[in-house]
Amino acid sequence: MDEAVSLAPPTKAVQSHSPRWRRQLKVLMSEPKVAGAGGFILLLALVALLAPLISPHDPLDQDLMLSALPPAGFDGAERGHLLGTDNLGRDVLSRLIFGTRITLIVAVVAAGLAALIGTTLGLLAGWYRGLVDGSISRLVEIWMSFPPVLLSILLVAVIGSGVTSVIAAIAIIDWTRFCRVIRAETMAQAQQDYVLAARAVGYPRLYILLREILPNIMPVLLALVSLEMGIAVIVEGILSFVGLSVSSDTPTWGGMIAEGRQYIHQTWWVLAAPLAALFATVLCFNQLGEGLRRALDPVLRR
Amino acid sequence: MIAMALLKRLTTTAGTLAGVAVVVFVLLRIVPGDPVAMMISPGASASDIAVLRAHYGLDGSLLSQFGLWLQSIFHGDLGVSISLRRNVLEVLLERLPATLELCIAALEFAVLFGGTVAVVGTIWRNSWVGELIDAVNGLLLAVPDFVWALAFALFFGVLWPVLPLSGRLDPSAGSGMVTPFFWAESLLRLRFDVFADLSRHLVMPVLALSLPLAAVIARVLKDALIEAMAQDYVLLAQLKGMSRLRLVLQEALSNAIGPTLALTGVQFTFLVGGTVITERIFAYPGIGNMAIDAVINRDLPLIQGLVLVFAVIFIAVNMLVDLLQLVFNPRLRHG
Repeated sequence: MDEAVSLAPPTKAVQSHSPRWRRQLKVLMSEPKVAGAGGFILLLALVALLAPLISPHDPLDQDLMLSALPPAGFDGAERGHLLGTDNLGRDVLSRLIFGTRITLIVAVVAAGLAALIGTTLGLLAGWYRGLVDGSISRLVEIWMSFPPVLLSILLVAVIGSGVTSVIAAIAIIDWTRFCRVIRAETMAQAQQDYVLAARAVGYPRLYILLREILPNIMPVLLALVSLEMGIAVIVEGILSFVGLSVSSDTPTWGGMIAEGRQYIHQTWWVLAAPLAALFATVLCFNQLGEGLRRALDPVLRR
Repeated sequence: MIAMALLKRLTTTAGTLAGVAVVVFVLLRIVPGDPVAMMISPGASASDIAVLRAHYGLDGSLLSQFGLWLQSIFHGDLGVSISLRRNVLEVLLERLPATLELCIAALEFAVLFGGTVAVVGTIWRNSWVGELIDAVNGLLLAVPDFVWALAFALFFGVLWPVLPLSGRLDPSAGSGMVTPFFWAESLLRLRFDVFADLSRHLVMPVLALSLPLAAVIARVLKDALIEAMAQDYVLLAQLKGMSRLRLVLQEALSNAIGPTLALTGVQFTFLVGGTVITERIFAYPGIGNMAIDAVINRDLPLIQGLVLVFAVIFIAVNMLVDLLQLVFNPRLRHG
């Protein structure tokens, strides 16, 4: 604590970041859940990015001569349609590949926004307490006495369907998850000696919150973001299923699931393929969150 | 003491409920679509529209509409559904029992299944059984009801069709039930054919709804049990030669049940919210399924009624959990 001696504004010594980065990455990768689940999600991102290059067909191309073809290996399967085709003769694999795009966009943006709102309010509530905490906590309570699925459907019905609405709805609903945890974490951190020391030195309160407390909350926050991405993927699926997400010409997993459910007796594979993708993705985001929490928490690591 | 604690709780929840009412009301009034526009026939005149608007109380200011709504709620009048053209309260009362039966069946299964898993996991916590339970439980915790429901529909409804895919009761089973609580009534009247058919329809939605809750119960209860097992009084009982099963059930459980109960209450409200999508997937005729149609049709009176019902259920569950905690944890009674 040699910094504590000087009352001058702190000047961060310029450090070379690469060794620390590499060290942290090593710690992260030593956790099998992070490496495995993170790898799958990276692969998914790659698929989304390269969708036009790797998808075998145009996802919107209808061919009624080749409609309702089963996946490869089943009776009546056609070469070139690995996962079969739907009722309109569109290639299921290609739709699945293009569907990754909406899924990941929603996951990243919605989780990021929810984290931003929830963390800001949670930090303020946990650090300033009093009236700020009272009103924020009350708001969270009202928000949470609502079935989230119903609320999201309601919200999207109000603000109109589409990707932006879906993202907005998820952020508006799920910020409470961040707010509650971050508030509790902030309150716990505020009791620590390093905060007391920083206050004794006379740093401004907001400075302590952002530069001292926030970095210490990061591991929890990262884990939460990963979990939230999994939730966002599901909510997008649900909203597409109900028909409130993007228009039907944009392939999404939820939209495919809705079609698959409708024609479940004729073309079960149209439901099975996106459902399996959804299952794997949610599981991976979840495991990644768990792994991050473990890898970044020095107490749990021991 | 209990009365005071409950009274305090009641006033807080009343405030929350009022907050919910305001939020929903305002939210629905800023809907861009005009609900009246959705129900008029193309040739309707301006005066027809005005009459219709007045009929549904949509012509006043926002504040007066809200006042009117609150007033009628206290008279038990929830208005007339725009899309169904029927009394909202009537529709809700007709549909609610199906949802309640589904939720209660799911809760029962979740508590039984989750509790059993927790006890088994505690007894064999240091063997491969415990590790297997933890791994499976991690999977159950990660995957939501929406995915389970569809997976069950796919596997047990289509690929290996052993269970009915949709509905509550097969028309051929013939109901003849007089109350809307078919499941309870068929059991009481010993109509086992109807009871069996209802149960078969319930299996998939109940499993889908209860698996995530069961996983939470299993995890929290197991952690609490393991902690309780390390206490001195349990050790003493162990030294007296009590069997491991009795040790868990008789000694540890009573101390571990408190935290589990609180979380089960919160999670149960999620389960109730989950009925919206699960009922949709299985075309189950409850209020959740109806909620989606109500939103899509912008049926304001029906949506308001539904949200109110959900809010009341949530608050009732929370109060019940508080009460149960007081029963199970004597320490809370003096505080």
